[in-house]
Amino acid sequence: MLTILYDGIAYGMLLFVLACGLSVTLGLMNFINLAHGAFAMAGGYCTVILVNRFGIPFALGLPIAFLITALLGGIFERTLYVHVYARSHLDQVLFTIGLVFMAVAAVDYTMGSSQQFVQIPEALQGQFEVAGIGMGKYRLLIIVICGLLTVALQLILTKTRFGSRLRAAVDDQRVARGLGINVGAVFGITFAFGSGLAGLGGALGAEILGLDPTFPLKYMIYFLIVVTVGGTSSITGPFFASILLGIGDVAGKYYVPKLGAFVIYAIMIVVLIWRPQGLFARGAAR
Amino acid sequence: MSARADEVTLYLKRRARWSPLEIAFWIFAFATIWLFPGKYLILKDTAILALFALSLDLILGYAGIISLGQAAFFGLAGYFSGLVAKYGFIDEPVIALICSGVVAAALGFVTSFLVLRGSDLTRLMVTLGVSLMLGELANRYSNITGGADGLQGVEIAPIFGLYRFDLFGHNGYVYCLIVLFICFVIARRIIYSPFGLSLRSIKGNNLRAAAIGIPVKWRLVAIYTASAGFAGIAGALLTQTTAFCSLDVFSLERSADLLLVLIIGGTGYLYGGLIGAVIYKFLQDWIANLTPQYWQFWIGLVLVAIVLIGRERMAGWIGAVRTFFHRLGARLAPHLPALGGAGSEGH
Repeated sequence: MLTILYDGIAYGMLLFVLACGLSVTLGLMNFINLAHGAFAMAGGYCTVILVNRFGIPFALGLPIAFLITALLGGIFERTLYVHVYARSHLDQVLFTIGLVFMAVAAVDYTMGSSQQFVQIPEALQGQFEVAGIGMGKYRLLIIVICGLLTVALQLILTKTRFGSRLRAAVDDQRVARGLGINVGAVFGITFAFGSGLAGLGGALGAEILGLDPTFPLKYMIYFLIVVTVGGTSSITGPFFASILLGIGDVAGKYYVPKLGAFVIYAIMIVVLIWRPQGLFARGAAR
Repeated sequence: MSARADEVTLYLKRRARWSPLEIAFWIFAFATIWLFPGKYLILKDTAILALFALSLDLILGYAGIISLGQAAFFGLAGYFSGLVAKYGFIDEPVIALICSGVVAAALGFVTSFLVLRGSDLTRLMVTLGVSLMLGELANRYSNITGGADGLQGVEIAPIFGLYRFDLFGHNGYVYCLIVLFICFVIARRIIYSPFGLSLRSIKGNNLRAAAIGIPVKWRLVAIYTASAGFAGIAGALLTQTTAFCSLDVFSLERSADLLLVLIIGGTGYLYGGLIGAVIYKFLQDWIANLTPQYWQFWIGLVLVAIVLIGRERMAGWIGAVRTFFHRLGARLAPHLPALGGAGSEGH
């Protein structure tokens, strides 16, 4: 029971790191980015190549994966995404699904369709027991890293100048522009950072979630659930939503394995009917 | 008051008239039965896809509801028609087809209340969630649906007890084409009725539509239900003509491809889905011959290119082609008055 809770929290933390970039882009520019998972996949494959082929230590591979995907996100944002912000939601959905299809086929072409594994250092494998609960070492690492990231993100968002600009832009773009905040630049940086986080999540999660070319399609729904259920107005909403989703999914798969992801979809639909703006939204529809 | 009503009736009547181009389109469609005898399988798939796209166009193009969950209705009706045929509940394919449509429409009616809440993103998630849930259920009850192996052992009785589904797909194709035509005529009737006009006004601005007394919610429920029914008929057709049904009828790819089909053809006019289906099937066949494994990449590229070029611009090109044809048609048949506002239909 407690092991399920533990695994669920680790899973949820991972989902949060993967999805929080998406929640910011959605809240800030009202932009539906279904291709977010593609960046996560890019991060995962970067780590696989770096660690397995070039023998770079795992601990160094993670930050590099973050940087590469952030760079990738920044380039894509400046060259492609900027043209689509002002378009209708339908155009955005089409555009990003197109990107996902391309990413899936391209990865399949270059890396093969088989599942990839990251070589994890010996020290992180195995379990240890605390008060009778078996805890995986790797999952503990995930919880620690993701926990630190969450705290750091919250601090950046609430304490720094950049954070206040970002929040101002999320709350009201036009007024923020009027006050001299360069919303485009804020958004570019945030997008790159969010993609980087997704990449880091993908790299960390390769072990738990599995990594193959269909990754962006398989987990796109999970990211979207986190964002829609959590709401886009804060960072705590998606955080609690991810933890809830993580625990719910692990528990659902453990207790009613045959129903698979049915539980999750059912919860999502119920929440969306109950609170269309998200479970933790501050009201006021945008 | 009554003068205005007469004006509206006249307007609708004028628009609902069959243009020479439309008649030519359908004559050509039925001529394919004799023109391409070796291509029945792909033609049949195209006809089914066209009907499916037509169903999405009804809600996306006319009512402005973005949906990633049309596959839910397609799949439900597909399994329904497969099961009734397998266990011999309904032996007549046409009756089974209609029943499947009704079942899908019932699901559409129930889920429409969920879909009508919230913003675009919520709608996207709910429609997607419904189809994924059905997919999970079909997987769970594999003793009924066959699970990942698909529904096997389906025996479809001859149509009206006369026309058997043959190996070459000739009768299957004719059957699909006739069903497509009938559904198209029904959809056309819906669109060119006052009801269809009210849908357009809801899509344009639903607050103003409500202000002039249109019951927005019920209109949307109605069209969503109808669209689900059409999607269901398409799904049942697929099962009946292939005598097989597998879990991928519920997949996200099916709904996403459908959006692409409609976007290629253009939303908001009835032929969009039909033309899109033809182009899409042709593209898919052609690309799959070039690179069997990676055709998805090119499909993605087409999507990205369409959005970056801009649908409005492309609709403009299509509009230019259409007015050209209308002028041509008017010149060839000078006694028929040219249809007013032909170009604006495409928007």
